Amino acid sequence: MSLGTQTSGDGLPGVPGSFLNDLAQWVADVGERTIAWLVALGSVSIFAGRMVRWLVIKRPQRETILWNFYHIGVLSLPVVAMTGMFIGMVLAVQSYAQFKMLNLETRLGAVINMSLVRELGPVLAATMLAGRVGSAMAAELGTMRVTEQIDALTVMGADPIHYLVVPRFLACLFLIPALTLMADFMGVVGGYFYSVHILNIDAYYYLQNSAEYVGLFDLAAGTAKTLFFGASIAVIACHHGFHCEPGAEGVGRAATYAFVHSFVAILLLDLVLGIILEAIYGMLWTTAPRLV
Amino acid sequence: MAVSVAEATTKAASDDSPLLRIEGLHVRFGRQPVLRDINLGIRRGETVAILGESGCGKTVMLKTLAGLLRPTAGRVLFDGLNFQELSPSELARQRTRFGFVFQQAALFDSMTIGENIAFPLRQHTKMTPDQIHEVVTRRLAEVGLPEAVRMKKPGELSGGMRKRVGLARALALEPEVMLYDEPTTGLDPIMSDVINELMLRTRSAHSVTSIIVTHDMRTAVKVADRVVMLYPLARLGPGEGQILYDGPPRAIEETADNRVIQFVRGEAGERLMEMRRQQNISENTQGKADHG
Repeated sequence: MSLGTQTSGDGLPGVPGSFLNDLAQWVADVGERTIAWLVALGSVSIFAGRMVRWLVIKRPQRETILWNFYHIGVLSLPVVAMTGMFIGMVLAVQSYAQFKMLNLETRLGAVINMSLVRELGPVLAATMLAGRVGSAMAAELGTMRVTEQIDALTVMGADPIHYLVVPRFLACLFLIPALTLMADFMGVVGGYFYSVHILNIDAYYYLQNSAEYVGLFDLAAGTAKTLFFGASIAVIACHHGFHCEPGAEGVGRAATYAFVHSFVAILLLDLVLGIILEAIYGMLWTTAPRLV
Repeated sequence: MAVSVAEATTKAASDDSPLLRIEGLHVRFGRQPVLRDINLGIRRGETVAILGESGCGKTVMLKTLAGLLRPTAGRVLFDGLNFQELSPSELARQRTRFGFVFQQAALFDSMTIGENIAFPLRQHTKMTPDQIHEVVTRRLAEVGLPEAVRMKKPGELSGGMRKRVGLARALALEPEVMLYDEPTTGLDPIMSDVINELMLRTRSAHSVTSIIVTHDMRTAVKVADRVVMLYPLARLGPGEGQILYDGPPRAIEETADNRVIQFVRGEAGERLMEMRRQQNISENTQGKADHG
């Protein structure tokens, strides 16, 4: 319901005064946007529910799985690896001066590797996946919607969610941890290379500090978060593709919103999961050495 | 209470009821009604052309028949079955009894022509690759396409060839009902006649029931044995039915309804007057604005 447009000319009927009118208008606009957000959230939830239902009742075909695993996972490896490596080196560049002033430059390994493994590796891998794969999925499915290919699947008795969404979801879910491990690994290598070979930090202490502060839990926690990132990217991108508006503009908008909404979801999930994982860590290792 | 599939099929086979029955069909998108109280029965083996100007709801009706759109009210019965009451797996099975030729063919871009035609066979049969290959060859020959197109992608074919591939794909599972959405739109007169001939051949070779949505009178006269003409709801008077004509194609010009005659002869009629009136209003508004 478009309250905002109805009342933009003469204000709300029966509400006196310009301030009250503006206030009422503002409340109406906020209400309208809230309803739109709730409708969108409901639509995504129903879409995800239908996908989970197909995930349970029928296994996707082998060739659709392999095709999606290759295009979503394997072809994303180079860009994710390169991003990880450069971020590792950039972290070394940015942190070195401060640590050098405190004569703590050998602790750089701990800072770089902890940042990579807990935060930057997972978030960057997810962001690259949302950018490279999420937008492409939304554009591809959007084009299929606009050109009636999704309708064609339906009339041929193949459920489009089962045929198109489930394999993409599985590929994002299972391959994002692998992409994250690659980003982590390349970041660690990049950070080590720049710190030890360019900044001449002692390799022994660099590695020893890294090993002391970065544990298996950090690696597991960072990697586990990406399962949620991958699932949200797949659901959001496929939803945008399936609900694409007609025309080239509609497809473009679906691709853009797929990335923007996936990115917001990644950041929100990262915060929530970060708090939960930190609480779990605190319960498990109360006396463990912490950086802060 | 939902009628079971077996009961419904037995009942439909035992009496002479229409294969497809539309009862009190209403379809609306948001606040926009498109179809209002449509009642129609289509007998087995019949070829029905649904005529009407753009925006009158022809394609919406076809998609509702195929179960791609849900009726707002009323129901569509196919062989005694209401698609709204079937389980997803039963619905998928029943849909294989339909073949749908889309306006722009809706071929899958990512697949070759051969894979497109083989798609329904791979989804619904246990045929070996050799058997599928043989069926694809047969279907390509049936629509007059050379074997060489098998390995091409849809983007490499002309519009007429894509339509023929769409027809070959729709025929792959030997359906009982063929639904054609604007089969000759966008084609030159010669290719349009080729498609008309193919529809006639399909009818005689496979004994299918055909529903053709078109605004091409030549197609209706040549292929159909019954014509149903729809009229846009927005132009109807109060209480008027949306179906202006339902009868044999040869008798359509003898109808007393001027709106039907105008459509058959391709005359703009009062639309021209409406257009001139709109132009006058625009010019007057512009004139007042210039003087003001």
